[in-house]
Amino acid sequence: MAVYCAQVTVPPADLHVVSGKGGTGKTTVAAALALALAAEGRRTLLMEVEGRQGIAQLFDVPPLPHAETRVAVAPEGGEVWALAVDPEDALLDYLEIFYNLRRAGSALRKMGAIDFATTIAPGLRDVLLTGKAIEVVRRKDKGHGYDAVVLDAPPTGRITAFLNVNTEVSGLARMGPIHNHAELVMSVIASPRTAVHLVTLLEEMPVQETLDGIQELREAHLPLGAILVNMVRRSSLDEDDLMRASSGLAIADQLRSAGIIRDTDAVAALLVDEARDLAQRLTLEDTERDRLATTGLPVLELPLLRGGVDLGGLFTLAAHLRGVS
Amino acid sequence: MSDFDLDALIDDPLIHTIVCTGSGGVGKTTTAAALGVRAAERGRRVCVLTIDPAKRLAQAMGLSRLDNSPRPVSGVIHGTLDAMMLDMKRTFDEVVEGHADPERAAQILANPFYQALSSSFAGTQEYMAMEKLGQLRSQSDADGTWDLIIVDTPPSRNALDFLDAPKRLGTFLDGRFIRILTAPARGAGRSLGRLAAMGFGIFTNVLSKVLGAQVLADVGTFVAAIDTTFGGFRERADATYALLKERGTAFVVVATPEPDALREAAYFVERLRTDDMPLAGLVVNRVQEVSPLLGADQATAAARELEASGAASSEEGRITAALLREHAARIQTAARQEHVIGRFTAAHPLVAIARVPALPEDVHDLAGLRRIGELF
Repeated sequence: MAVYCAQVTVPPADLHVVSGKGGTGKTTVAAALALALAAEGRRTLLMEVEGRQGIAQLFDVPPLPHAETRVAVAPEGGEVWALAVDPEDALLDYLEIFYNLRRAGSALRKMGAIDFATTIAPGLRDVLLTGKAIEVVRRKDKGHGYDAVVLDAPPTGRITAFLNVNTEVSGLARMGPIHNHAELVMSVIASPRTAVHLVTLLEEMPVQETLDGIQELREAHLPLGAILVNMVRRSSLDEDDLMRASSGLAIADQLRSAGIIRDTDAVAALLVDEARDLAQRLTLEDTERDRLATTGLPVLELPLLRGGVDLGGLFTLAAHLRGVS
Repeated sequence: MSDFDLDALIDDPLIHTIVCTGSGGVGKTTTAAALGVRAAERGRRVCVLTIDPAKRLAQAMGLSRLDNSPRPVSGVIHGTLDAMMLDMKRTFDEVVEGHADPERAAQILANPFYQALSSSFAGTQEYMAMEKLGQLRSQSDADGTWDLIIVDTPPSRNALDFLDAPKRLGTFLDGRFIRILTAPARGAGRSLGRLAAMGFGIFTNVLSKVLGAQVLADVGTFVAAIDTTFGGFRERADATYALLKERGTAFVVVATPEPDALREAAYFVERLRTDDMPLAGLVVNRVQEVSPLLGADQATAAARELEASGAASSEEGRITAALLREHAARIQTAARQEHVIGRFTAAHPLVAIARVPALPEDVHDLAGLRRIGELF
């Protein structure tokens, strides 16, 4: 039977990378995590890198610029800031920070080099995006950074390649500034300062993708955090109840006494069908829970928000992530 | 809003290409595979090209990653169904081998930049999916192997990347940047005079500062080597793009009844219209089915009555009350889904919609795909 494990919390890290199969709600979970980590007077930065403006939609604020913007006040004080990373601006930031070359931007644009770096050259884009995340994380070392950075990262199928892109790059450019930069980025990503969390549902395909993703991340020696199971539906019925319901419990009599006098037998039959569906689903969910448990990673379950995801829902999920629900 | 008749679509002999698209996790690949099985069993000669199927689904179709060409799917009743899974690196290698002389091809294949580009970088998949579709189409036109090709699009950041891939490649090849990168190989002197006005000095300065001179030279050599190869590749990509606009192509946009998925679907519908691409309709997967027999309010009221009257202290009463609340929750879910679909319909009233009910289990085999086809 479903064990609701809100007491486990997400392992500590400076950079929380949140990935998951499409449709599992990874942006929602990343946002809730940023809220949870900001509680009690801390400051967190929530970053998105896929140009979807998903954060703005979740927090109901105008589209985010390529500038850190405060989007929410966290429970018991604390602030969540957000940044939608634009690869072009990330490139210009990079040139400025490392080479003091921002003014070269317009020349580079004329040459088509900016286009090349940000859209055409596969991979370079990921270098810029991960580079930006690490730049923000490393500010903490100088005493003026965020308490934690949460990265709403590409989906599970792409996460290892995304995080590992700098290893590829440092292999290609075996010396020189790019090599050094790539090594610097990997010294944070492939360290205990980072935790990669995978969001899943209790369904076969997302769980399989999560297991595959974990294996890839382990092979690439990237630091795993927790498995976050999203949209878990709670029911007050357990499998015994459902078994009893489907084996001729006197449901029709109960319905009659509750005032359902029309089509009572048909309604009872309908409820029995639905009980069978639910029983089947609970069994499948337990199977998926067992499969997730084999990874040995902490598994946190987050409830389905019946009314849809809004700011209130984010606070509910954040409370679960803090273990205070 | 009309109902999307998928059988009419797959039965239409003029339709030779179906592209299934939509955001990640909406069941694109499953829809493509189920359409393939159904079309084959209704008499078409079908090839399904999938990009990144889930393991179980790949097994259901007898696919393995070992082979980059279509293989027959066994167990299909009537008709023929071939299926393949895109091997991005192998497709890229074949492009290089097909467009460059053996010596140059070997040089490219051995280049470390090429190896990284072709196997692990994001974005390459879109180029290669387009390339493979073009290849299958030409083979089919030449020898009539298939009369219907169904393709699902890569799980990209954005479903539109698939459409933009050829254009981006063109921009790159026609751009000044590639000429500069290849300048050392072509004789930098000539290019320099012409480009000086455009800030070439700053440009090379930045590049060598950032990349280092040796890396810059390596990239230049690689780009020069692949330039001619890409010429032929681009022609084909352009031809494939043109093919997507033909009357014989149909786009099927796939979504789930969730706001994000339908927002992405709406973007795609608008983009197809802008680009004059033929949209057949929208498939909404995993729709909660409900019976009209008992409404949510009535179910909730009855549950409350059982709880208030003390009947819920008996096993029968407690379980019945809980089942009534489950039933009410189902109806609320269905209502929320209809609301979200309704928002899409209001903005796109002419887009035909097919609803596919949620199934309790994932698809494991051909029978599962057939069952989904029956729900279309």
